[in-house]
Amino acid sequence: MSGQIDAAFEGALGDFRLDTTFTAAMSGVTALFGPSGSGKTTVLRCIAGLTRMQGRLSVNGREWQGAEAFMPAHQRPVGYVFQDANLFPHLTVAGNLNFAAKRSGKRANGDSPAIDFDETVSLLGLGPLMQRMPAALSGGERQRVAIGRALLSRPQVLLMDEPLSGLDQAAKADILPYLERLTDTLAIPVLYVSHDIGEVARLADHMVLLNSGRAVASGTIGDMLERLDLGLLVEPFEESVLATAEVTGHDPKYRLTRLTCCGQPLTIPEADLGIGETVRLRIRARDVALATKRPEGISIRNILEGHIAEISAAPGAAHAETLVDINGARLRARITLEALADLELTVGAPVFALVKSVTFDGRSIAQKQTG
Amino acid sequence: MDDIWQPIWLSIRLATVTTAFLLVLGAPLAWWLARSPRRWKEAVAAIVAMPLVLPPTVLGFYLLLALGPDGPAQYLNGHGLAFTFEGLVIGSIIYSLPFVVQPIRNAFEAFGEKPLEAAATLGAGPWDRFWHVALPLARPGILTGAVLGFAHTIGEFGVVLMIGGDIPGETRVLSIAIYDYVETLQWRKAHLLAGGMVAFAFIVVLAVLLLNRRPARQVASA
Repeated sequence: MSGQIDAAFEGALGDFRLDTTFTAAMSGVTALFGPSGSGKTTVLRCIAGLTRMQGRLSVNGREWQGAEAFMPAHQRPVGYVFQDANLFPHLTVAGNLNFAAKRSGKRANGDSPAIDFDETVSLLGLGPLMQRMPAALSGGERQRVAIGRALLSRPQVLLMDEPLSGLDQAAKADILPYLERLTDTLAIPVLYVSHDIGEVARLADHMVLLNSGRAVASGTIGDMLERLDLGLLVEPFEESVLATAEVTGHDPKYRLTRLTCCGQPLTIPEADLGIGETVRLRIRARDVALATKRPEGISIRNILEGHIAEISAAPGAAHAETLVDINGARLRARITLEALADLELTVGAPVFALVKSVTFDGRSIAQKQTG
Repeated sequence: MDDIWQPIWLSIRLATVTTAFLLVLGAPLAWWLARSPRRWKEAVAAIVAMPLVLPPTVLGFYLLLALGPDGPAQYLNGHGLAFTFEGLVIGSIIYSLPFVVQPIRNAFEAFGEKPLEAAATLGAGPWDRFWHVALPLARPGILTGAVLGFAHTIGEFGVVLMIGGDIPGETRVLSIAIYDYVETLQWRKAHLLAGGMVAFAFIVVLAVLLLNRRPARQVASA
């Protein structure tokens, strides 16, 4: 089948066993997500041909690996962004970029989108760095060069192995907008390895969830985040859902931005967004409270009306996970079992979901729609 | 005085030709030793390193048999390569090989797999990776190997004496000439050549030290 990656890999590296089968769409950003040691990077390396395991792999209908066939790494039209950038230390930034651009015509990448050199340089803000040596760059700058270098090889698919994990918070915040712009403007599908759910929620359209060397679930990012049964694989305090909202106005007096989410008003701290723009909001389960009556005299600004769609409680836990349906969109709320009993909440019960405005920050707002 | 220049030029010519061959042979050999997964590669490495521990006369003795009129070299030209300049080149290549292969192998091993993986994902095939990534990254090791190979060839004595003898303009290199001058009590000429070698050795060792320091300084200034 074309338009997707079909992969199945099996093998062992020391104590670690990989036995995974999955398909990923050749469009948008697909996150390979899972705890560390789940085999994400190994899967990515197998796709690039850097690690060889038993299995099969076809991309856009072309076989890259079969029962006997194994296309060597340099013939695969992939771009690979390593965790630590991995620039050539003996070449300047310009030299690193040219290394990729010079060889871009050699591979079987007839249908990969054309990449303009100058456009890439400006998209990633590399202009002022061109004559520098990699050793003289900061971590964030190095990673931007690595992304540019991978793009200039004109790949059919861009493979990114935790490109932000080696960076500090400031450098991450600096590079995320570049990544967003990149995935929005370029028609190159991306496979993005990460164990940071915040990053994934912001960037990804699809998710393949890996655990102990197996692909355990996959789907659109929105659906995957709403699945209560996958909860244990995410940091317990980071569970969240994505909501699409439209910007309706700004309130300069109180420094707020107002949006409409699922037909209901939502307020967040002032953000640099245009009116009418559609954004993706990440709302964490721990930031949502539930009420059976519309509360009055309360500091919480966001009160969304809906009904309980699903309830799940892990055995032995003090809290329950609930999924609240709000005009078709879904919010996750984590509440204690005591509250669940006191409020007599059951599936179908009408509720008000309360979300504190201040829980939204730059990391939870993406100028990208849910897929 | 003219006759002291002849051995100097002969030694320089021998060392230059030998070093050129050593780099062409040594770099791929070092690459293979650094990257092959085969276990028996260390046996090859040991053979390459043997001239380090063998007495030059032992090496010279077997080379003489191999290059002599009754050895395998006779099939090259009918009478072998003993006591010829070409024979000296072959002997010097074997004798100096470890001094070239070891630093280059170390340099190849030092930068590891990662730059080569990056190059592969950018579409560079094996040959391309060797030329445009491995060799430039191993440059300090290659320069060190070249300097050591050159200097070691300039200074060799035992092997030359065994396979080359003492033919002026053909096999009478520097070290042989010094030996001759001392034997014939020409102290002044012996002093000139020996003193020149001391100065040359100092320059070589200093050059190697500076070459090996350079990468560290690049990082520090960055």
